[in-house]
Amino acid sequence: MKAFLILEDGHVFEGKSVGSTKEIISEIVFNTSMTGYLEVLTDPSYAGQSVCMTYPLIGNYGICKEDMEAERPWQSGFIVRELAKRPSNFRSEESVESFLIENDITGIEAIDTRALTKILRDKGTMKGMITTDENFDKDDCIKRIKAWSMGHVVLDVTCKEKMSFPGDGYKVAVIDLGVKKNIVRCLLERGCSVTVYPAETPAEEIIADAPDGIMLTNGPGDPKDNVKTIEEIKKLFATKIPIFAICLGHQLLALANGADTQKMKYGHRGANHPVKDLKTGKVYISTQNHGYVVKEETLDRDIAEPSFINVNDKTIEGVHYLGKNVQTVQFHPEACAGPLDTGFLFDEFMNMMEVSK
Amino acid sequence: MPKNPHVKKVVVIGSGPIVIGQAAEFDYAGTQACRSLREEGICVVLINSNPATIMTDKDIADKVYIEPLTPEVVKAVIKKEKPDSVLPTLGGQAALNIAMELEESGFLKEHNVRLLGTSSKTIKKAEDRLEFKKTMEKIHEPCAPSEVVTNIKDGLAFVEKIGYPIVLRPAYTLGGSGGGIAHNEEEFVEILMNGLRLSRVGQVLVERCIAGWKEIEYEVMRDANGTCITVCNMENLDPVGVHTGDSIVVAPSQTLADKEYQMLRSAALNIITELGIQGGCNVQFALHPTTFEYCVIEVNPRVSRSSALASKATGYPIAKVAAKIALGYNLDEIKNAITGKTYASFEPALDYVVVKMPRLPFDKFIKASRKLTTQMKATGEVMSICTNFEGALMKALRSLEQHVDSLIYENYNDLPTEEIHEMLHRIDDRRIFVIAEALRRGISAEEIHDITKVDIWFIDKINNIVQEEKLLRETPEITKEMMQEAKRMEFPDKVIAQITGKKEKEIKELRYGYGIHASYKIVDTCAAEFEAETPYYYSCYDGESEVEVDENKKKIMVLGSGPIRIGQGIEFDYCSVHSTWTLKNKGYETIIVNNNPETVSTDFDIADRLYFEPLTAEDVESIVNIEKPDGAVVQFGGQTAIKLTEALLEMGVPILGTSAENVDAAEDRELFDEILEKCCIPRAAGKTVFTAKEALEAANELGYPVLVRPSYVLGGQGMQIAISDKDIIEFMEIINRHEQEHPVLVDKYLMGKEIEVDAVCDGQDILIPGIMEHIERAGIHSGDSISVYPAQTITPKIKRVLEDYTKKLANSLHVIGLINIQFIVYQDEVYVIEVNPRSSRTVPYISKVTGIPIVDLATRVITGEKIKDMGYTPGLQPESEYFAIKMPVFSFEKIRGAEISLGPEMKSTGECLGISKNYNEALFKAFLGNGVNLPKYKKMILTVKDSDKLDAVEIGQRFTALGYEIYSTRSTCRVLNENGVPAKPINKVEEPSPNLLDLILSHEIDLVIDTPSQGVEHSKDGFIIRRNAIETGVTVLTSLDTAHALLTSLESSDRHNLSLVDISEI
Repeated sequence: MKAFLILEDGHVFEGKSVGSTKEIISEIVFNTSMTGYLEVLTDPSYAGQSVCMTYPLIGNYGICKEDMEAERPWQSGFIVRELAKRPSNFRSEESVESFLIENDITGIEAIDTRALTKILRDKGTMKGMITTDENFDKDDCIKRIKAWSMGHVVLDVTCKEKMSFPGDGYKVAVIDLGVKKNIVRCLLERGCSVTVYPAETPAEEIIADAPDGIMLTNGPGDPKDNVKTIEEIKKLFATKIPIFAICLGHQLLALANGADTQKMKYGHRGANHPVKDLKTGKVYISTQNHGYVVKEETLDRDIAEPSFINVNDKTIEGVHYLGKNVQTVQFHPEACAGPLDTGFLFDEFMNMMEVSK
Repeated sequence: MPKNPHVKKVVVIGSGPIVIGQAAEFDYAGTQACRSLREEGICVVLINSNPATIMTDKDIADKVYIEPLTPEVVKAVIKKEKPDSVLPTLGGQAALNIAMELEESGFLKEHNVRLLGTSSKTIKKAEDRLEFKKTMEKIHEPCAPSEVVTNIKDGLAFVEKIGYPIVLRPAYTLGGSGGGIAHNEEEFVEILMNGLRLSRVGQVLVERCIAGWKEIEYEVMRDANGTCITVCNMENLDPVGVHTGDSIVVAPSQTLADKEYQMLRSAALNIITELGIQGGCNVQFALHPTTFEYCVIEVNPRVSRSSALASKATGYPIAKVAAKIALGYNLDEIKNAITGKTYASFEPALDYVVVKMPRLPFDKFIKASRKLTTQMKATGEVMSICTNFEGALMKALRSLEQHVDSLIYENYNDLPTEEIHEMLHRIDDRRIFVIAEALRRGISAEEIHDITKVDIWFIDKINNIVQEEKLLRETPEITKEMMQEAKRMEFPDKVIAQITGKKEKEIKELRYGYGIHASYKIVDTCAAEFEAETPYYYSCYDGESEVEVDENKKKIMVLGSGPIRIGQGIEFDYCSVHSTWTLKNKGYETIIVNNNPETVSTDFDIADRLYFEPLTAEDVESIVNIEKPDGAVVQFGGQTAIKLTEALLEMGVPILGTSAENVDAAEDRELFDEILEKCCIPRAAGKTVFTAKEALEAANELGYPVLVRPSYVLGGQGMQIAISDKDIIEFMEIINRHEQEHPVLVDKYLMGKEIEVDAVCDGQDILIPGIMEHIERAGIHSGDSISVYPAQTITPKIKRVLEDYTKKLANSLHVIGLINIQFIVYQDEVYVIEVNPRSSRTVPYISKVTGIPIVDLATRVITGEKIKDMGYTPGLQPESEYFAIKMPVFSFEKIRGAEISLGPEMKSTGECLGISKNYNEALFKAFLGNGVNLPKYKKMILTVKDSDKLDAVEIGQRFTALGYEIYSTRSTCRVLNENGVPAKPINKVEEPSPNLLDLILSHEIDLVIDTPSQGVEHSKDGFIIRRNAIETGVTVLTSLDTAHALLTSLESSDRHNLSLVDISEI
């Protein structure tokens, strides 16, 4: 069956429908990772977005369910050049196509993903629609696309109730803004006892549980939509509890400290982004998935200073809060998909908790 | 860290002659590195014995020594040039070994010279099997259970513990020389003995066989600050067991989930960090196909063939970045030249699939074993890029230029399915075709996987191609959708025509009617995330084109020479690159089309535009349709480019330089004979034939011996000397294995002096840089002969005749550009053997030793300049004060079962140079550069055919005078003894021990001189002697002319005080 991707600027790509045939409107972004499509599909940070994979052959190793970053895929749509008909890997349980169908995720294949990527790169991230309606009225579609807004998606992806994972080590409170499973795994591997809280849990409730450390997670959408959470974070920040924040968590902590965030032209999404540790000058390759960034000039240098920057566009990739046991990064040290190079930041978090004990 | 200010003058060691396992990739890496160093204002002193390389040009380095690559010579250069540093990691294993020796002996320290980049300690940790194993154990990176052994007894004891099959890898050898898999004790002892001898340190690693696992490679970079990145990973279609150089390789990996990908990536970074590499490094892994178990196979602490491939596959210039790291820069301080926006401290993201296929030399060694093992056999490779695997594979197949444009291999049509099934068990160069045929016969992917261990993913993709063939075959009308899908998979029109029984032209018209055309995408290192500044293109059929054409510029297309193969080597890349540079200087926009990832021509900054594409008429036409070049240059790209002449004319692209009709006239027997007659130039009598019957008639009329060869070939492919009807029948059968579009030539064979001339002609005047003479008499291919400049044994009168004939031929053929002519001087008469109105193998060599840049001149001539206006006096140029000897280099030890005796079919893979003001020293250097470093044990074997017996007496006398003990078989021995040469008799191979074979295997023989009878080698004896000698590392000469030359070089050279010649001053 034919499928169409219609962009808000009027570009139309004709391809083949894969997965669900449900019509969707979402933000359209691209990801340059060559492996890890399942992790991308199931990363809650992609809620409200359709992801175009720039690597042309997707689904080669099928679906290895243990690699899922959430219980279900969160993307609105999946855009690929070619989906493998016959996956091959010893762990594969099914094909991507059947996974999409099972989870009612709309997909489109056989389009020129590079041409789409170049449009997004040149014009910036935009909204779009995937439809299987061959008789679509383009003007009407564009009207509907323009009218669509993502909304406060963190509330869709965050857990509804708090969840606990036992461990013998540090007690870590994870504020779930759309947490990837591997963040929890990274903590559990280090022996932590982990409690995951819904995004808008009052700070008092968390503090009352007396955690050794607080973890603010990744998550989707515009950081400024998280008004209530930011207020709670301010209270958490005021305590002496060490905080480690990733991605959206990093942005919310900056907002909580009076800095500003802005939407990037087309964001960073991939597994090859170089970030430089300003302490050592060493560069690490990181996984990234963000469309917003902390504005460097709005960071109050009396409170905080950049700890990592992006080598390519020099944007802020990490913040160290002065005199505080608080470390935040824009990239994903938990990887999945992507390089494991910055996993040591979790060890540093353990040290932060050790020191403050 | 910014650049180290103490580095001002750097010695770069090249990789020497092209041999199997060490080919053009090091010219590419070295050239890129030298340019990168000079960009930083550093004085570069280059040492490389290979004159065909681009790196040995005075444009590339400040001082150029084309001298033998031995520690003594490098020491002498260091003493003379007083550099502050040596860069050893860009010249492959050869350079690394020399640098290690100089470092270990304390020489570098003594002369205040530092090793740049990776330290010697690191190199030792990576290269020494024992230290490597210890290092891996320390960081918990698994290796297959293994032990380093230094003798047979320990080896056998270890095998007792781990069982067969066993892999053997000698330490410090290139291309896995001497390695192999043993399934039983007999094989084990044989390979181990050989390996112990070949290893520089007498060590062989004996390890558990992991054949059948996935083979995965990572290319890694690390700077002094500890930042590490991976440039790319690659997966071999052929599982572990086939050398990666002989494997079909795909980038990036296809069947690894992110978990496996990152597991191995992290392991690669752990390893490079622990080793402390500063620069580029290659890590090879074996990954268990159904678990997460893996082991490290090998680490190369330097740039390698794989890094050249990774550079071309991603656009990331590994050698350039490695050179900058060696100077002290950190990765995040080095700009990514492709995007101009990002830095070297990132990992390329690919949005296409890359396939590499090896070019194996079995067309030259038809009797050799085609089995692929851990011993590399490929002479070269091709790379292709596409948006899908099927397309990339199809493009790679036709890029190989092996008469196969698809997965259909006609020879299999008539074989029963059982036989196809059986053939799946064979691991050889045809396996991919066998897999396709098996799928056609309905053998399941699972079953094929069980036998071959090739991952189902690849088999399924091959099946897609097979199913597409089937659809085309079975559907009467090709619909637009079918055509689109076939083209997406890169089926050439020719193959679609072949399958559907239509004409290629019909298919093309139908396709054009459907509006289906190739479009071009950019290789940009970043999957379009950033805008790219470098136009490096590949074609596909499923997307929009990114080519932006500037109509105002004059554009010239330079066609490259494809994969390196015997007969068409790096020299044509040299010519293509120089021609491109000259065209650029003249203000043209240049377009290179080529598919060889190892070469300089396919570097992203050589031409204005690079198309990484197969060199077939259809692929070139697709580019022409978009670029609409104002002209094309074919005379520099070897036969590959010449073959496209007619097609280019049909596309309406003017051929610059000599016209196509005149190229034809040189190849067409009748036309050429007319020209010779008109010019009053004699040639050996000859005839053109198509069938064996005609050939027999011609041969008998001319009288044996005769020379038999197909027209329009390079490297004397299929050329043989026949002495009987039996030979004729056999040769014709071999030649006609492939359908011949052109006739076969049968010529009377004249055994005279062979002379070679390259000349530039502007339509009126000619310029001959020099006359070259071959040491071996006619009958041995010019590429396999030792070539001497200036010619030594011919009279001034003959030289004038040669000059006169060259001018007449060039003028009659209306040559504009280069011409190469081979003559025979026989009984004081000059005959023409053949004329090639194009660039030749000797062009780089003669350019360098005469200091006359003939490619540059030829390029200027074809764009309209005149020789007189370029500051040259036409005619034969004055002779240089240097003697320059080009010595062929062979890779026989790599090809099991290959016949090594020389003849009219070319067999050498590379060449080295000996240059000196003294003839004997030049000769000595040439032999030394070729690895002939005698005497050692002063024992030799001399056994010759009857017609050589008297000549052998002098050889025997001279070797005796040098103190050699000579062993000969009965008849040769008798002649020698009768003439006063004290030779000892030795039994033939089939006679009881001790016989010749025992003597060779005793490892005390320096040299075997064995001249085989001409024609097809019927004596098994000689073959066994020569093979065994080669495989035990003994020098073998099969021509007495070569033996004379070797004697001359040994008799009168002061080997300890070799003079050094800086080519840049010639």
